[in-house]
Amino acid sequence: MSATEVLDAPHHAEHGEHHHNPFQAHHFDDPEQQYDAGKLGIWLFLVTEVLFFSGMFCAYAMYRSLHPEVWEFSSRFLNPTLGAFNTGVLLFSSLTMAWGVRCAQLRQAKGLAICLTLTLGCASIFLGVKAIEYSHKWDLGLLPASMYTIQSTVTEHHEGISKWLVIFSIIPALCLAGFVGWWVWAWSNNKKAIADIAGPFAITAACYFLGVLFGMFFESGGDKEAHGPMAAVAHATVAHDSHEAHDEHATVGGSAGGHGTANAADASVDKPGGAGLFFSIYYCMTGVHALHIIGGMVVLAWLLVRATKNHFNEEYFGPVDYVGLYWHLVDLIWIYLFPLLYLIT
Amino acid sequence: MSTTSHAAGSEHDSQGHHGFSHPMPVWQLLAVFAALIVLTALTVFQSKFDLGNLEVWLSLFIATVKASLVILFFMHMIHDKPLNVIVFMGSFIFVALFLGFVLMDAHGYKDVVEPQEAPPAATTP
Repeated sequence: MSATEVLDAPHHAEHGEHHHNPFQAHHFDDPEQQYDAGKLGIWLFLVTEVLFFSGMFCAYAMYRSLHPEVWEFSSRFLNPTLGAFNTGVLLFSSLTMAWGVRCAQLRQAKGLAICLTLTLGCASIFLGVKAIEYSHKWDLGLLPASMYTIQSTVTEHHEGISKWLVIFSIIPALCLAGFVGWWVWAWSNNKKAIADIAGPFAITAACYFLGVLFGMFFESGGDKEAHGPMAAVAHATVAHDSHEAHDEHATVGGSAGGHGTANAADASVDKPGGAGLFFSIYYCMTGVHALHIIGGMVVLAWLLVRATKNHFNEEYFGPVDYVGLYWHLVDLIWIYLFPLLYLIT
Repeated sequence: MSTTSHAAGSEHDSQGHHGFSHPMPVWQLLAVFAALIVLTALTVFQSKFDLGNLEVWLSLFIATVKASLVILFFMHMIHDKPLNVIVFMGSFIFVALFLGFVLMDAHGYKDVVEPQEAPPAATTP
C-alpha cells in the first residue's frame, strides 16, 4: 500500500469505485505504468520469437542459396492457391484482432467477443487448410529428410479421404462435439453467461471443418496444375525402376555417372540433402508456425472468457493488446513464409 | 473528482475519456487490411512471371512492405514508446547480422565444400 492510499483512505473507496481498476497490481503506481511494463515485456518476448524464427530462416536461406534448383523443383508440390487463401485468412484475423483491441479500449465487450470469435474462427480455418495440405503431401510421400519418397516412383494419385486427415481431425471433432454439447446444456439450463463462452468455442471448432472443406475444394481444383510438372518430371526419367535402383546406390555412396538421362535438377533433388531437406525445412517452419497458431488460440480463448465477464476498459486492455501483438507477429511470419515457400518459380 | 486526488489521477482525467489508450479508427483498420490483401494479390501475380534472380528480392520487398503495415498500424508501433520501437527493431539488426555472417561463411567455403559433394565417390572413406 502506498503512502497516498493510507492518507486518503476514506476517499480511496470512492476513488476505487470509479477509477481504481480491480486488475491493477498493487506494485504499480497507476494503470498506465502497469500497461507500459506489460507492453515492454511482450515486445521483449516478441524479440525472442523473431530471433527463434530467424534460425529457421537462416537454414532456409543457406540451403536455398546453395541448391536453388532443388527449391525450384520442390516448391511445385506446394499449392499457391491454398497458401494465398491462408494468407488472406490470417490477414483477416489480424484485422479482427486489431479491431478487438479497439473494442477493449472503448469498453465494447460484445464487440470484443465478436472480434475474438472471428479471430479464433480464422485460426481454425487456417489449421483446417493446413491439415489438408499436410495430409495430401504425406499421402504422396513428400516427407522430411530420408522419409522423402522420390517422386518419379509415385505413380498413383491418392483418392478419397486421407487417413492422415482423419487423424488430424480427431481432436477438432472431439472439441466440436464437446463445445456444442456444452452450449446446448448451457442454453437449455438458461445459463447465458456460459452459453456466451461455449457458443464461440463451438464456432471455432466448426471453423476447422470449414477450413478442411475449403482446402479440399482448392486442392482438387489445383491438382491439375500441381500434377502437370510432377508428371513431366516422372516422364523425364526414362526407366523408373532403374532410376529407383540407381538412387539406392547413390544414397549408399555409389557413382552418379551412369545416370545420363535425367537432368541435373532431378539428380540433385533425389540425393540426401535434396528435396528431402526442402521438406524438412518446410515442415519445421510451417509446423512451428502452426504450433504458434494453436498457442495463440489458447490465449485468445482465455481473452474471450474474460471479455464475456466485462473485464476490459480504457485503462485495462493490456492483455488484449499483448495477445494482439503476439497474434500479429505470427501473421508477420506467415507473410514471409508464404512467398518464400509457395511462390518459388 | 475531488481536489485531493493525486497527480496521476487528474493527469488521466485531462487526457479525456480514453486515458492513455489510442483506439485505432475503423477506417484505418480497414484501409490497412485492404492494402495487405492487394499486396498479397500482387505478390501472387508477380510470381507468374519469370524474373530470374530478381524474383526473390521483389517478393521479399513486397513482404517487407506488408510487414511494415502490420507493425506500424495493427501493432500500433506508430503510437508506441521509443524504447519499445528500439527494442523490437533491434532484433532485426541481430537477425541481419546472423543471416549475413552465416551466408557469407557458407558461400566463402562453397568452392572447398562443393567439389567433395559433386563426385560422390570422393566422399566415401
